[in-house]
Amino acid sequence: MKQSDILHRCFRCGYCKLPGSYVDLNCPSYLKYRFETYSPGGRMWLLRALLDGEIRSSARLSEILFSCAACGNCVEHCVFPKFKDYLLDVFIAGREELVSEGTVPSSVKKYLESIRLYGNPYSLPEAERGNWAEGLDLEAYRDQEYLFYVGCVGSFDERGQQMARAVASLLREWGVSFGILGRKERCDGNEARAMGESGLFELIARQNVEMFRDAGIKKIITLSPHAYNAIKNEYPGFDGTFEVYHYSQIFQQLMGEEVCALVDRPLRVTFHDPCYLGRHNKEYMAPRLVLGALPGVELIEMDRSMADALCCGGGGGNFFTDLLGGGADSPARVRVREAAQVGAEILAVACPKCAKMLEDAIKSESLEKQLRVMDLAEIVRAHRQVARPQVMSL
Amino acid sequence: MEEIYKELVNIVGQSYVSNHAEERFIYSRDMGTMEPSYPDFVVMPNSTEEVQKIILLANKMEIPIVPMGGGLTLSGICRPLKGGIVLDMKRMNRIIEVNETSSYVLVEAGASQGMLQAYLKKHYPGLKHSMPDAPPIATIAGNVLIHGSGHLSAAGGFHSEMLNGLEAVLPTGDVVRVGSCSTSPYWFSRSPLPDLSGLFLGWMGTTGVVTKLAIKLFPNLPFNDVRIFLTDEPELIPDILHRLARVQVAEDIVAAMAPRPDWLRGLQMLIINYGAESEKELTLKREMLRESVRKYIDEKVGGFMPIPPDMKRSFLEVPQSSISRFADLKKGGGFEYVGAIMPIELFPDAYRNGIDIAESHGMTYSLGARIIGLGHSMMFFFAYPFNRADAEDVNNAQKALEDTNEMVLEIGGIPWKAEAPAQKQIIRKMCPNTFALMNRLRAVLDPKGIMNPGNWEVD
Repeated sequence: MKQSDILHRCFRCGYCKLPGSYVDLNCPSYLKYRFETYSPGGRMWLLRALLDGEIRSSARLSEILFSCAACGNCVEHCVFPKFKDYLLDVFIAGREELVSEGTVPSSVKKYLESIRLYGNPYSLPEAERGNWAEGLDLEAYRDQEYLFYVGCVGSFDERGQQMARAVASLLREWGVSFGILGRKERCDGNEARAMGESGLFELIARQNVEMFRDAGIKKIITLSPHAYNAIKNEYPGFDGTFEVYHYSQIFQQLMGEEVCALVDRPLRVTFHDPCYLGRHNKEYMAPRLVLGALPGVELIEMDRSMADALCCGGGGGNFFTDLLGGGADSPARVRVREAAQVGAEILAVACPKCAKMLEDAIKSESLEKQLRVMDLAEIVRAHRQVARPQVMSL
Repeated sequence: MEEIYKELVNIVGQSYVSNHAEERFIYSRDMGTMEPSYPDFVVMPNSTEEVQKIILLANKMEIPIVPMGGGLTLSGICRPLKGGIVLDMKRMNRIIEVNETSSYVLVEAGASQGMLQAYLKKHYPGLKHSMPDAPPIATIAGNVLIHGSGHLSAAGGFHSEMLNGLEAVLPTGDVVRVGSCSTSPYWFSRSPLPDLSGLFLGWMGTTGVVTKLAIKLFPNLPFNDVRIFLTDEPELIPDILHRLARVQVAEDIVAAMAPRPDWLRGLQMLIINYGAESEKELTLKREMLRESVRKYIDEKVGGFMPIPPDMKRSFLEVPQSSISRFADLKKGGGFEYVGAIMPIELFPDAYRNGIDIAESHGMTYSLGARIIGLGHSMMFFFAYPFNRADAEDVNNAQKALEDTNEMVLEIGGIPWKAEAPAQKQIIRKMCPNTFALMNRLRAVLDPKGIMNPGNWEVD
């Protein structure tokens, strides 16, 4: 197993379970399951036990390994320099072992089969990939400055489609030169990689790199921080180096030129940092600058924000496998309670997976009357739509 | 066993009971040197009522119960030596009440040190509790119940001395409250009633399961500083500690001795943390500390060292994450220490013997001490980082720990949170009537012997 030489180095001291402020549990799987086994240290020790023959592969071990949201909280807060940088690599390597053995949870198996057979986790025809853009009259990518890359959730999930449409509409209204791939777009592979299917990820990455190159694409705007992560950090390993932006970073540049409406009263907004934008890529400010540029928006921070943010539980493939869903301690439900506690009316997101996870959690917590999930683009658009002529009420 | 499993599921729900190999593996061991010992079940209760039901079940089925907090004692106390149920208490982590005026907090037994620290910082910034140098996920209850110490121990003594009262489920299933909370709605003190908290402190979970406890809070002063006194004469340390402590300025006094970095070799470093309400008061306290040891400064046998900003930041951090990094000396994920409670006059003996034992086992010495109260005692520690992947290294550390425990008892100290074998070493030195009394008490409290059996026992 890759990284097996460092497994013994973990003490299980538990810094990885917490945010930097120690305010509450911050490892999504430990938060939900509470057994030590579901903490990063538990996984490290179990993987070593597996290699040493002290335990065997089992459905339980698969659940433990695949319930990791790959959110990076452990990497952020482990106190051992250098060693900490490899924690997620260890967990992915452990998953790779189980994938090659074929001992993965059924939901993981289903996800990987759908990607292999259909090219997307929804088992829908790839021909439907471009449907999200219907009626928007967006240009196909030719030689525009940017490719707007939407990804699987933006293409197929209803909530993701709403976000994709909002972002694309704004980009167009702002006069950004961009095109889309529509039905030609393919999965970015970030989740396949996180789930330990490195072979499948390599195949996907190589195909995408080839397609992007053939199309002459140099700059990419992604809807999803997951795609942003894969294309920015992993594709260079397959000769695919592109200038990659998450849409919030483009928005940040353009917001300075924007004239927004005044709202009739301050709107209390809190921002939920997506793990693949925040901890994985250290972009904490762009979304906040976007929100901060909107008159009338009162940006309030949750106790756990930026590097301390609590994952919605949708990372590492869990958006599709749902190993972290259900129950009052599911990370998404804990997160929306936290947002409600700080008095936010809007829980702002910048990731289609987060949007879906947190909206479902709001329903489970019966918080619909006091809290609403809105994507950055949706919030900006709501301001623009009322910019002429009167004040808005979101 | 199947019947027990079903009953446990009925009590806490299926999600919080496990007899899977994975949980049995992890809960069979800690990061110290003790051999694993497997539980049959791991259970996570969420209320005193659930704990009570589990204990009644264990009584009926005569199956052992081992309560566990953070599981970070390093000495294997939470290993179920005779199998049975490990009760992981960390779901019971609520902070129930802070009494700002009377300066105490009531928490459930699974509340972590870090969580309380963050809670107070946000809601009661003028108050703080004494944090041990354990990682912040360590529980408050666990540390109090083992007689832990921490960043306010020079001011407030052992953490067990900061206990105002507790709620516990006895091995027979009765729920009891001890301290003022037994008689009053306030958890303000253990006085003036017969102090029954002693039935649960230092017993390694052999007398019941503590479910709630109240501890004292202290002023969180806005101005804080640290001073470091250095000397290379260990014989002087008891008097220096005595002088530094008696001016009643320090919140915490810790000694540290190690051969690395090179400049520290052969030196004893005394780290004194103190706080104040104003800069003026801080300056005054600084002067008081200096005056207390002026004799030694004038004789040029010791003095205060200038502290670089990074070092100062590290020493003012609570808990000090650098302690965990220090444990990583061998890059091997293993760490254990003998923490020995002893009078401060034993410092020179402990220091010299500690170096000898480490060297005799081919290990780098790493010693320290935390002063308890105004120099009333100290917790002297002999640390042994080891590489878990190297069996010989583990074995070496184990032998060094055993020798250290023996040496500590010989010079007049007592190993703290002792491993099961070290408990036997202590019992051999203990007054026989004291041990007989312990057994009589346990026989009354736990007639079926279900509570963490294998601890505080002779062969």
